[in-house]
Amino acid sequence: MTAKVNDNPRFVNRSELLGILILAAFLVVVLPLMTDVFWLNLVAKYLTYSFVALGLVICWGYGGILSLGQGVFFGLGGYCMAMFLKLEASSVANTKIQSTPGIPDFMDWNQITALPWFWQPFHSLTFTIIAIIVVPALFAFIIGAAMFKRRVGGTYFAIITQAIAAIMTILIVGQQGYTGGINGITDLRTLKGWDIRPDHAKVILYFVEVGLLFVCIMIAQFIRHSKLGRILVAMREKEDRVRFSGYSVANFKVFAFCVASIFAAIGGAMFTLNVGFMSPSFVGIVPSIEMVIFTAVGGRLSILGAIYGTLLVNYAKSSLSDSFPELWLFGLGALFIAVVMAFPNGLAGIWSDHIQPYVDRLISGRKPKSWSDSSVADGAPAE
Amino acid sequence: MLIGHQPKDFLLSVEGLTVSFDGFKAVNDLSFYVDENEIRVIIGPNGAGKTTVLDLICGKTKATSGSIQFRGQELTKMKENEIVKAGVGRKFQTPSIYDDLTVFENLEISYPKGRSVVGALTFQRDAAVRERVEEVAEMIFLKDRLDMPAELLSHGQKQWLEIGMLLIQDPELLMLDEPVAGMSVSERVKTAELLNRIIKDRSVLVIEHDMKFVEDIAHKVTVLHQGKILSEGSMEAVQKDPKVIEVYLGH
Repeated sequence: MTAKVNDNPRFVNRSELLGILILAAFLVVVLPLMTDVFWLNLVAKYLTYSFVALGLVICWGYGGILSLGQGVFFGLGGYCMAMFLKLEASSVANTKIQSTPGIPDFMDWNQITALPWFWQPFHSLTFTIIAIIVVPALFAFIIGAAMFKRRVGGTYFAIITQAIAAIMTILIVGQQGYTGGINGITDLRTLKGWDIRPDHAKVILYFVEVGLLFVCIMIAQFIRHSKLGRILVAMREKEDRVRFSGYSVANFKVFAFCVASIFAAIGGAMFTLNVGFMSPSFVGIVPSIEMVIFTAVGGRLSILGAIYGTLLVNYAKSSLSDSFPELWLFGLGALFIAVVMAFPNGLAGIWSDHIQPYVDRLISGRKPKSWSDSSVADGAPAE
Repeated sequence: MLIGHQPKDFLLSVEGLTVSFDGFKAVNDLSFYVDENEIRVIIGPNGAGKTTVLDLICGKTKATSGSIQFRGQELTKMKENEIVKAGVGRKFQTPSIYDDLTVFENLEISYPKGRSVVGALTFQRDAAVRERVEEVAEMIFLKDRLDMPAELLSHGQKQWLEIGMLLIQDPELLMLDEPVAGMSVSERVKTAELLNRIIKDRSVLVIEHDMKFVEDIAHKVTVLHQGKILSEGSMEAVQKDPKVIEVYLGH
């Protein structure tokens, strides 16, 4: 970060803009040209996790609030979307062989004869889109307010979020008739009559997702460059000093947690659209921790790093878990330990400490400043 | 704001203040009064309850009983951030600054504007903010260090930065916990000079062990011992007090 005192950009400074443009070119031009629909759809799936990672950068990287339950919010967003799509796929015409036509198939199998009340509003796409944002935000607000107002933080908060992830999974699996149980909500077909399954739809959904990702990146950039972003860093370091400078620390933590949850939920909703189903296996403890690892690998202080980290780890997962399925989890654990021990700022840290100084010199010919700013540095990691 | 008849308008009135931790009374039925524009120094041996008194005033610790009146407001019932807004600023014993932020950003966070979530999101670094930050930075001898990450400052500079962070809030009561601890001799002199300059229009409550420094700055000294006041008055009077000599200065 080479920003001087007096330039205080609202969204991006020069080197960040360059990083964002490179990412945009990579996702919008390079990938669609170089790969087929199968790979593009796979990248779309990975990118849904990068929304979660982006939220963790704000919440964990900047605010120091480690949530090991982001899968809950990913799932809430995903399930909201899935409920809408499932209702559309369960029209009376499509389900006339059921004993109760017009309700989702799994309800019929579980001897439920009427659509439950909380499913009713998901007939409306507008309601669904609002719910994708509001339901996780509200849930995060309640958890956050309950924890942070009581000054529960650090490890305790992480453990509680993990417990919530476990409870959520058990709840979804247990309430089979209302949630589709362990199989999740499957066999999703159309969005307002538009078939989401064929290849050309996958390509369009990919671009929609990339668009939404950049909206979220800009929101994250805005937060980072606002005074709120600096307060989050300050809180992470000296919470009491912030409190005794006249701020209600709890409110800022709740805000960061809500933002992270909304990002995760948008990712979840896009997952449902791109992959075509939603299941409790994306809600529990393991996916929640995986998402933290993606963020750590990319660099928890780097907005763009988190996205590259997610893509790289998932690419490695797909390639390796095909050949050595039993080794993958060990590999992931080892990767996490390696990153924490050797590269606490992840790929972005390697980039900003070792590569960016040379790039800066190449671009502008100016000397790096005498005091480096590596600890809050940001930038795209090396590919 | 004052309700009822009071002989004199003290800025801060502490009355019957008691806090007990599992039966141990760290502060025991303590009463003292601080005038406007007064520099009051609290001294006392280790464990006398000096830091606890500051913790109680700024809301970090909740009192078991007693009252703390600040400009007619009862501080014992207020939240930490409300107490700050009422005009009480507190410096911690070890420099409590944000290492990862620059000196400018450290001061800017303490600037009393945009303290709500929405306010912080929409906060603009305008000319008034910059001017005030530069003004305070000059006061605390850090004007040429504004761009520097705070972690690279020396120990004494970090102490000054935290004092600056309080100054920018413009509190009516400034509480300093051992502001010169760990400072070099020349830094102490500069700090005394700084404190004498910033007390205009405010009261200062200081905890300090360095007697030379206390002599330099104090208007009035309160000696604490085992959570109670042992003696109070001018430095000279306190130093002559046989009780004080026995428990503290004589050692």
